[in-house]
Formats: sequence, structure tokens, C-alpha cells
Amino acid sequence: MKTFTTTLCLALVALSPLGAQAHKQFFVPSSTVLTENDHGITVDAAVSNDLFYFNHNGMKLDALLITAPDGSAVTPENVFSGKLRSSFDVPLQTAGTYRIASASNGVMASWEEDGQPKRWRGNEATFKTEVPKGAKNLRVTQIVNRVETFVTVGKPSTDVFKPTGVGLELMPVTHPNDLVAGEAATFKLLLDGKPANDIKVTVIPGGTRYRDSQSEITTTTKADGAFTITWPAAGLYWLNASLGGGMEGPGEGGGKPDAAGPKAAASKKSKDGAAAAPSRRVNYSATLEVLP
Amino acid sequence: MRTPPMRASLTVALCGLASAPALAADVGVKLQIPQLDVAEYHRPYVAVWIEREDQSVAANLAVWYELDKRNGEGTKWLKDLRQWWRRAGRELQMPMDGVSGATRPVGEQTLSFVSGKGPLPELAPGHYQLVVEAARETGGRELVKIPFQWPVSKAQQLQAQGSSELGKVALDIKP
Repeated sequence: MKTFTTTLCLALVALSPLGAQAHKQFFVPSSTVLTENDHGITVDAAVSNDLFYFNHNGMKLDALLITAPDGSAVTPENVFSGKLRSSFDVPLQTAGTYRIASASNGVMASWEEDGQPKRWRGNEATFKTEVPKGAKNLRVTQIVNRVETFVTVGKPSTDVFKPTGVGLELMPVTHPNDLVAGEAATFKLLLDGKPANDIKVTVIPGGTRYRDSQSEITTTTKADGAFTITWPAAGLYWLNASLGGGMEGPGEGGGKPDAAGPKAAASKKSKDGAAAAPSRRVNYSATLEVLP
Repeated sequence: MRTPPMRASLTVALCGLASAPALAADVGVKLQIPQLDVAEYHRPYVAVWIEREDQSVAANLAVWYELDKRNGEGTKWLKDLRQWWRRAGRELQMPMDGVSGATRPVGEQTLSFVSGKGPLPELAPGHYQLVVEAARETGGRELVKIPFQWPVSKAQQLQAQGSSELGKVALDIKP
């Protein structure tokens, strides 16, 4: 039955230009602008359709990385994984800008074995050992995903914005904790550490449950990766950019193989049945707070 | 950012060198903290500053917050003076000598300054704005601005009216 469902999904997705409807992944920080007398924040993390409500799954926190202004890693406290949301506290010991990120770099593969479809999910290292060499109709998709938010104690700093060089990353021109309603903010998007040209960027204000439209703002990056958003109002915003299909994220937060859903179908199958060049899906999301 | 040198020297030239050694001017600020009919009242945090045309801060004149709370806990809410926090507060260390003070009660509050002394430096000739921002716990936030020209040749009395967290704000400049 499971196999049947999977096959059906694969078939359906093949017909759909965008692939499966993915959910949005996001962090919700309790504050983003703080004074030095604030000693910490609580952050919720979820995968949902609505912004910023918890109606699907809690985000898996195994790839959570919190970076302090000096570049050191911060250990989250009181980590909780609920059905609809995960949550954790971030102690804020020093002034400057903190980055809260969940970044993953995974590989999905599918092939045929004894006439049966096989699906697999792992990373580049396990791919070499776990996926049989010369598998029939092997299709491979690399999925690079990054979900972030930023928090500043006192004066904003920029040391946490050192690019890792993997996937899509957001670099400040305007600091992401210096956003004000009615003003324009400019950021740069990098793809594998280089300016990401001509990438569509979507920004959606929170509170989608209480209005009838997504009210999304879209723009496109220039040759230097730069794009500008003028904030129509104060609030939390969800910023997203992606490449290679899968509009809004890799599904369920990089968990169980089942959660990979039917997206594996998006990679191209070579004509002669040999392994096709791996396709790549890159996704970036950030929660940004705009103050009045 | 200061006035660009070319512009400054042009202004000096236009004014004539007679006014070059600027005489100390008196600057008075009066602001009303309104009586509010609310269930839970806390005195507002208030920041008073002078900004240049590019909105950079020329002088921090006053910051009123819960100065006497233990362990400086009162500074936690300084960020709610949002605009002041963004333009100046987050760069500063509190308490600030001659600038920070305790929150003030309902009524007219008076501040007076002499240019070149205390928190008010000698300002380069140009356009400025007096900015008064008030933010109240479990209440609202309001910003009142009074544009003015510096220096003045004769006494100036300028006013603006707040509508929620501030009442009348007056700026008196005497050459």
C-alpha cells in the first residue's frame, strides 16, 4: 500500500510543475531587538502552512546552530519538541548580533531494484556507501536548506554573516535587525558563496490566518545578488528564496525518509537508464522583524 | 556626519566672520506629560535629542527611565524608545552623566541647556530638529519633532503638540 501510494505520488508530482506543496519552515523569536539587560529569548520553530502559526509539525532541531556575535556556538536551553512546534531558549551573554539557523545538506536518491522502486535519504558521505553503485534508473537530488532568524543585543554587529559557501545565504546591506516600517532594506543573496543573480525572492507578512491573501511581495536579485524590500508595515515577515523547484522548503524539516515526500521525482532521469547528473534543490528562509 | 566642510565654510563666509566665535545660546525645552485615565499607569520613558538633517544625532539632551531599579533592570525597556534606541541608545552606555535621569511625573517638565556646556555641544550652523520620544509600559509610544534653524539671531519660541503620550512640547532658543 505504501509503495502504491508512493508511486501514485510520484506520478502525480510528475504532472505538477511545482512538485508537492511544501510547508514553510520558520523560527519565531520572542524578541529581535534587545538591550544588554535582557538575558535571553525563547524561540519557537515550526513547519506550517500559515505564518506564523503552528499547524503542521514542530521543526526538527538536530541541525540547529546558534552563533554568538563573536562566532562561537551557543547551546540552546530548555529544548522542547512538541507536536506542532519546537521551542528553545537562547541565553544572550554578550552584545551584538546572534544568528539562529537550521542548515542541512542532504541527498535523496531513488532507483529500481528487482522491479521495485527504492527510495533513500541521507547525505553525501552515506550516499557513497548506502546507495548501490550502478543502480538502475538512479536519480539523485541534493537538497541544501537553510532557515534562519537574527537577534541583536545592543548595537548590531555583522560577524555572524560570514558565508559558509554552501547553498543560498543572506548577507546584510541593511542589517536584518534594523528594519523599520515604511523604509527600504537591501540584502544580498549568495549562492555557494557567490552573488546569486536573478533569483526570485518572496516576502510574506505574518498573520496569514487573519486575512484572505498571502499579500506577498516579490522581487528579483540583481547581478551582485542584491535585492530591496520596502516594508509596508511593522510585523514579522517570512523571506524565502529557492532554486530547483520546491517553492518553500524540503517538506518536513529533513526528517524521516517518508517525509521526503514525492519530491525525488523532480530530478531528471537519463535516457539510457544510467545515473543522471544529480539535480539540486536549494532553499533559504528567514524570519525578519520590522518595527514601527 | 558633520556638515560638509565646503558648505560650512560657505555658511561662515555668508554670515560674515563677525559671528565666528559663537556665543553661548540658551536652549529651553518644556514638555508636558499628560494625565491619562488608564487602569495601569507607569510613568513614560522619555528621550529628548537633537537630530541633524540626515537624522544623525547631534546631541542627546535627556533620557528618563527607571534609573533606580536593581541591577540596572530599568535599562531593559530602553529599546521601546524605538527611534532613539536606533539612532543613539544602542550605541550608548547607561546611565549617562548629565543626560539620564529618573522618570518624571505627569505635568510640565522643564529642561534648560547652554550651548557648549553639558549635553549640548556647539552646533554647526544648519537645520536641526528637536525630537521628543515617549514610551509607556502597557501604554503607547509617541514622537514629537520641532524643526529649528541654528544659530538664531533673536529669541525663538517654537511649539508642537503631542496627541497621546505627550502634550505640548516647546523649544525656546535665546541667542
